[in-house]
Amino acid sequence: MRQFLLPLVRHLLMAGLLAMPVTTAEAQGLPGVLPPVKEGLEIGTSTTEIAITSDFRGADLTVFGALNNADELFLAIGQYDVVVTLEGPRDYATVRRKERVFGIWMNTQSMTFEQTPESYSIASTKPLTDIQPVAQLNRLGLGINHMTLSPTGYLGNAAQLTDFREAYRRLKVGGGLYQNDTTGVRFVSSSLFRASLRLPANVPDGVHLVHAYLFKSGVLIAQKDLPLRVVKTGLEQAITDAAHEKPLAYGLFCVMVAVVTGWGASLLFRKD
Amino acid sequence: MTVYLPIAELSVNIFIILGMGAAVGFLSGMFGVGGGFLITPLLIFYNIPPVVAVATGANQVVASSISGAISHFRRGTLDVKLGSVLLIGGLAGATVGVWIFSWLRRLGQLDLIISLLYVVFLGTIGSLMLMESLRAMRRAAKNQPVTLKRPGQHNWVHRLPLKMRFKKSKLYLSAIPVIGLGFGIGILTSVMGVGGGFIMVPAMIYLLRIPTNVVVGTSLFQIIFVTAYTTIVQAATNYSVDIVLATILMVAGVIGAQYGVRVGQKLRGEQLRALLALLVLAVGVRLAIDLIITPADLYSLQIGGGRG
Repeated sequence: MRQFLLPLVRHLLMAGLLAMPVTTAEAQGLPGVLPPVKEGLEIGTSTTEIAITSDFRGADLTVFGALNNADELFLAIGQYDVVVTLEGPRDYATVRRKERVFGIWMNTQSMTFEQTPESYSIASTKPLTDIQPVAQLNRLGLGINHMTLSPTGYLGNAAQLTDFREAYRRLKVGGGLYQNDTTGVRFVSSSLFRASLRLPANVPDGVHLVHAYLFKSGVLIAQKDLPLRVVKTGLEQAITDAAHEKPLAYGLFCVMVAVVTGWGASLLFRKD
Repeated sequence: MTVYLPIAELSVNIFIILGMGAAVGFLSGMFGVGGGFLITPLLIFYNIPPVVAVATGANQVVASSISGAISHFRRGTLDVKLGSVLLIGGLAGATVGVWIFSWLRRLGQLDLIISLLYVVFLGTIGSLMLMESLRAMRRAAKNQPVTLKRPGQHNWVHRLPLKMRFKKSKLYLSAIPVIGLGFGIGILTSVMGVGGGFIMVPAMIYLLRIPTNVVVGTSLFQIIFVTAYTTIVQAATNYSVDIVLATILMVAGVIGAQYGVRVGQKLRGEQLRALLALLVLAVGVRLAIDLIITPADLYSLQIGGGRG
């Protein structure tokens, strides 16, 4: 009986003894002594839905986030970096290049990219290339200059591909649909951060995705995403829906409005 | 004050659109034209996508033509039978035109073709009108009587088969050139967003020898139905008719037209035509310049449209 119980007691004792220093070490924040605790990331947005009203001029989205189990020492020396992106709905995008033909400029070459986000806004604690090496950013597809832009079908020469990719990014940034803010994420307390993202006036409607990445000493350790709906409201929504879902009735309605306007004017301004 | 255009998907200043509609309405009332050939380029200059500008322009022409057609119908200066034959060609042309429109859009050449067509048509019509009105003004200055040239009573058009009798126009004419003319105008309506009166009226007078008193009313009759049909087909295939934009343009347009008519009645015919010719040429030149000068960015971007 004794022989039987002894190992069990010893086992329990050992477990208890081992458990004690773990908690104390964690509380004292001694890095390297014990296996690291997995950090967590929580995010929330100021709103889950953005409405495009008739006087819509763009909107700001604030993303709040918290780091769980953050290592005080790493926090103190700024080893945690946060990147927050807001990606619009995806669609094919065709870039065309003009050339002079018989004196006039016309589109001669084109390249279509696979499902790229229609809008893209990124905020980070510091410039992306200071957080990650370029190769790693390309692998993650993180950042305007690193997102995946793969052409459909045809594969032209590499120089041309680079030109078209650059043009795509330039046009998107120029049109305000792609935005980059390298200081857009700020820590408001030791483990709370706030990211500000801008939605331009021409933001596409649909489901957007807020994606937060947490880096610790240049290693991606956690990520989280949240959907954000951008919707046209009221009359704008009704018109868009009608135009796409009942196009025939919508067309008839447009003609009717024209007939009523024209006829009404001729009645209203009749001289006799 | 900005207003969001749900189909064009951009915000515009409502006063600029109102001003544009009123100005074109004023001119169309003054010169007795539909105004589609001015509205569409103006919208393009204001960065409205050409796809939306053309389809919405067609819709606007419905409104601006309807009051004119009503008054012609009341006065009896409208040949419904001739108009209907024109219309058969027009509807077929508009159908083909929308198909060409979608095809050019897929190819990425739509904007270029729209601009080119405008440059060619506005340039030709503007030059012809300017020369004609200058001649008329010179004649008027010398106190010579204005005589319309009528070279030979019959031309090749009148030797074609399938003749029909048009009582109101007092004509016995082959249906082929009438349908053909309607067809051509129908294509222009859907590709350029114009009524096409500026081409149809001269063609009816000089080519088909239709009496001038029924020409305007009959062309308006055909224009209303073809532009209405084009609006519906554009809405159904390209989803490109913006009702908000169209309504602002139409309301401002019909009001502007009323004042245009009053001013037009005070001006002399040839002066009026010379002014219109200069305006038409100016719009054509502006579009031509955009085609010739090196664009700020050689690249352009189109979203959607499948795998391209």
